Amino acid sequence: MASTMLSLASATPSASLSMQESHKEKVKLWSSGLSFNKEKINPFSNTKQSFGRISMVAAVNVSRFEGITMAPPDPILGVSEAFKADNDERKLNLGVGAYRTEELHPYVLNVVKKAENLMLERGENKEYLPIEGLAAFNKVTAELLFGADSPIIQQQRVATVQGLSGTGSLRLAAALIERYLPGAKVLISSPTWGNHKNIFNDARVPWSEYRYYDPKTVGLDFEGMIADIKAAPEGSFVLLHGCAHNPTGIDPTPEQWEKIADVIQEKNHIPFFDVAYQGFASGSLDADAASVRLFAARGLELLVAQSYSKNLGLYAERIGAINVVCSSSDTAARVKSQLKRIARPMYSNPPIHGARIVANVVGDPALFNEWKAEMELMAGRIKNVRQKLYDSLSAKDKSGKDWSFILKQIGMFSFTGLSKAQSDNMTNKWHVYMTKDGRISLAGLSLAKCEYLADAIVDSFHNVS
Amino acid sequence: MAFRSAMLSKVVSRSSVSCSRCMSSWWGSVEPAPKDPILGVTEAFLADPSPDKVNVGVGAYRDDNGKPVVLECVREAERRIAGSLNMEYLPMGGSIKMVEETLKLAYGENSDFIKDKRIAAVQSLSGTGACRLFADFQKRFRPDSQIYIPVPTWANHHNIWRDAQVPQRTFHYYHPESRGLDFAGLMDDIKNAPNGSFFLLHACAHNPTGVDPSEEQWREISYQFKVKGHFAFFDMAYQGFASGDPERDAKSIRIFLEDGHHIGIAQSYAKNMGLYGQRVGCLSVLCEDEKQAIAVKSQLQQLARPMYSNPPLHGAVIVSTVLGDPELKNLWLKEVKGMADRIIGMRTALRENLEKLGSPISWEHITNQIGMFCYSGLTPEQVDQLTNEFHIYMTRNGRISMAGVTTGNVGYLANAIHEVTKSA
Repeated sequence: MASTMLSLASATPSASLSMQESHKEKVKLWSSGLSFNKEKINPFSNTKQSFGRISMVAAVNVSRFEGITMAPPDPILGVSEAFKADNDERKLNLGVGAYRTEELHPYVLNVVKKAENLMLERGENKEYLPIEGLAAFNKVTAELLFGADSPIIQQQRVATVQGLSGTGSLRLAAALIERYLPGAKVLISSPTWGNHKNIFNDARVPWSEYRYYDPKTVGLDFEGMIADIKAAPEGSFVLLHGCAHNPTGIDPTPEQWEKIADVIQEKNHIPFFDVAYQGFASGSLDADAASVRLFAARGLELLVAQSYSKNLGLYAERIGAINVVCSSSDTAARVKSQLKRIARPMYSNPPIHGARIVANVVGDPALFNEWKAEMELMAGRIKNVRQKLYDSLSAKDKSGKDWSFILKQIGMFSFTGLSKAQSDNMTNKWHVYMTKDGRISLAGLSLAKCEYLADAIVDSFHNVS
Repeated sequence: MAFRSAMLSKVVSRSSVSCSRCMSSWWGSVEPAPKDPILGVTEAFLADPSPDKVNVGVGAYRDDNGKPVVLECVREAERRIAGSLNMEYLPMGGSIKMVEETLKLAYGENSDFIKDKRIAAVQSLSGTGACRLFADFQKRFRPDSQIYIPVPTWANHHNIWRDAQVPQRTFHYYHPESRGLDFAGLMDDIKNAPNGSFFLLHACAHNPTGVDPSEEQWREISYQFKVKGHFAFFDMAYQGFASGDPERDAKSIRIFLEDGHHIGIAQSYAKNMGLYGQRVGCLSVLCEDEKQAIAVKSQLQQLARPMYSNPPLHGAVIVSTVLGDPELKNLWLKEVKGMADRIIGMRTALRENLEKLGSPISWEHITNQIGMFCYSGLTPEQVDQLTNEFHIYMTRNGRISMAGVTTGNVGYLANAIHEVTKSA
């Protein structure tokens, strides 16, 4: 491989320029809009290491990155930063989707602490993982997703590669699409998680949107969704949220999933699932995998990105996987080898810590059961908070507006239907931090704060246009 | 277009709903990838049942029993943090504490650049991730630039800049006849490159050759870079591991900083802290001023966000725990020196063994070269012979990972090398 790469390099560089020409070159560099500060010329004239030669020029002091402007703040992660800067004691952070306890503290699962201590006791080494990641992790993650007795696993038709959480796994898949199906488009829901577009943009995969959220019903625009999927060029990738849609919290019903699968098959599209909340949505790992398993059962080739950030609380350890279900085990092997080839020049091999935690938790029956119980608690707390918020809103809002969408939505997030101006009011007047699209993270809400939040929402909804 | 024909063949063949019976696939054009030349060696080694087998392939440190090592300072740090970290996302730029300590190692404990906040720095996925972020950054903000890469270099460098779509050129580096540095060729290439070119330099312990410029040579390289206005990007994967002294191993970088260059650096803790699988490193870019550093850092984060969002926590906290505690840091410095010393000892032993066997070839280069690797000068055919006849595994460019050499296997290794080279 190295020899192929070397042949890409050009022939020997051009002949050396004369002194005069090289000086002219430098002047050109300077005057092309780069900053030019007379005081800074020749900082080397008082250096001690000159070899008796005249210090030439100050070209090095001119920055190559002069024109670089500040990147805009991340719309999601930037919310937490603004929250931190606020000193009002009523402030509430409903921005980023990280689970909080009723006391609004971060939560490290007990099984995770136990697994870490186990790992420390065993004194495991820190050798490089293979490029595709920890084998024990890859095995359990595919089984969790598809079911251990799934034929696609038994037939070895799924290429599973450990990835850097959901983001990294999506990025590997995007790179695979760009490389092997160049020109293929990805259809993403309107709206979707903000980083999806960034991932496909940076991977140079074209994308377009399918209708999803209906502001009138604060629910699913099912007809629009079907129509847009139908209208897309055959062989498009359709990005679907396996459960607990982010940012809306609105999931298709089982019947709707069947119809979505029908139209995808009809159009020869490829389903591409982002599963970031398995177990976290309903509290049941299997129930939350139903949509993926429905598609898999139809014998379709599909892609699934997984993340353990939320359901195992392993946000910071970046653990997930990309699964590519193929029509044959031979194809799966080839696809896996090419996913590795994409990963190698990105990070060489994935981090061990999170992978080992997952493998230990899922691989030990006692820990696995404990995990399921903790997950039910987390999902349960969110359901309770939804109920309390709904009750508070119904009590406080005399307009007769139907707030039941809060109960129908699922997972960490709720799309409130608040406009940008109304969301700004939430922040500026009530110190409630949320994203500008009207999304609130219920994981950051306590029962104790539901009434305050309800006041804020009612005020913003009715008094701000 | 490739996609359309792939799609058409799909439409034609997909007649039934139950596609598990279909032979066709969206991925029909996907061929099996060739084995990674470096990591593939370990795979082959593991599959070999011979009791005599020796792995001098991948660059991971082994103790004198051939076992992987977890440093004591690292174990202690782990004990302190096990079960106690909250798992919240790190910022996109990673652990600020870890980055601060890491910059001190590269730029100097009391560096003015750090004080003046002129360095744009982010935690990265070890050295690979740092190089890749920089390559992507270079592509985005200097789209007309190319990267000059030494011959030879770590194979993955080519993959990284290729996947970042930055065109590559090469510059002379290794001198096969002397098994040392081709300094004249190197200087010619620096002079002949267009002004303002981007160069990839190995700060110390060049991989795969182990051949480093002397201090005097580094000064001349730096001077010529000034003349040409070139940009120096340093890949420093072995700080501390080369000489045993991290300050000494950073000398090339310090020379460039003294000379006023605005450099970029990729740092890795894979080897010097033995954190291989944790993927901990740092990318830094020295800027004109604090304002520019803030802007550049924001853009680096913008590149990281759609790749992995934010970097992993555990390894970063190990690093900041070790480097932030004077006792643990001293222990680390001792342990790094210990690893470097063992390798230097093995270099001496291998050379002496070969000389004792009466080898007709000069093996001076084994002790002249520095760091984890020895560029033996063995041909691919000789390497294959070593593998097939003697069950000795190394990359086919003749690179020996000295970290895999032990008092237990150095004699066997010397003997085998002698056998395949005595009639050369």
